[in-house]
Amino acid sequence: MPTAPAGTLYRGREGMWSWVAHRVTGVLIFFFLLVHILDTALVRVSPEAYNAVIGTYQTPIMGLGEAGLVAAIVFHAFNGIRVVLVDFWAKGPKYQKAMLWVVVGLFVVTMAGFLPRHLMNVFGGGH
Amino acid sequence: MATTQSGSATPSPLAAPRSPYARRKTTRGNYELYSWVFMRASGVVLLVLVFGHLFVNLMVGEGVHAIDFAFVGGKWSSPFWQIWDLLMLWLAMIHGTNGVRTIINDYAQRDMTRGVLKSLLYLAFTIVVVLGTLVIFTFNPCPPGAPAELLPSICFPN
Repeated sequence: MPTAPAGTLYRGREGMWSWVAHRVTGVLIFFFLLVHILDTALVRVSPEAYNAVIGTYQTPIMGLGEAGLVAAIVFHAFNGIRVVLVDFWAKGPKYQKAMLWVVVGLFVVTMAGFLPRHLMNVFGGGH
Repeated sequence: MATTQSGSATPSPLAAPRSPYARRKTTRGNYELYSWVFMRASGVVLLVLVFGHLFVNLMVGEGVHAIDFAFVGGKWSSPFWQIWDLLMLWLAMIHGTNGVRTIINDYAQRDMTRGVLKSLLYLAFTIVVVLGTLVIFTFNPCPPGAPAELLPSICFPN
């Protein structure tokens, strides 16, 4: 029996690529979430254990990783609202493309608010 | 009465001709529908919970540099943040696990591969959710014997 490879490129353009980006960011966030809950659980071990591990999050390299994580979350969140509107708003499917550009716009604005503050904390006068 | 006539001399072997059409009941239930609705409902709630979490932990004060045991202890001595984080833990883990389940179903073609991947996923879900819930509820912000300079200020009234 012939099998088609799963998940091939089917339509391209905004609809498909936003769907791909939603999946990729979702998986990234999920694996971070697993690690994040486990590291936070160290508060139950001892203050020293928690501070030692969280200290490794406060290096410049991890700071850049956090910026990427926040970017993934912000896109996933705004595009998720777009998915809800496509599904439940009568005109959603008609405006799905326009809504993607609204998502991109909101993403840029949110990151413009977040990045300077975060990068100052990471690279600026901190410890 | 239009039911079976027990005393009939010639019982018909055929079904009654006008018996109403009965849709065969699916044995699968509406699980996938509920899961689809849950993704959208929990997604909207998670937007608020996660953005609030990121704002308070990364934007206010010194941001990520301020996070240590004392910071977490200070937050979790308030029931508000305990409930916030508990809700976020459960919703995010169910939302994320269900998303990864969908992706496994889409891309893992062999039954065996799908089964193994989903078993690992559900195992990770159970461990992380149980551990996270226990930590939020059994956490002691002022563990005895810990160095005072590592503890939140609520451990030192006056």
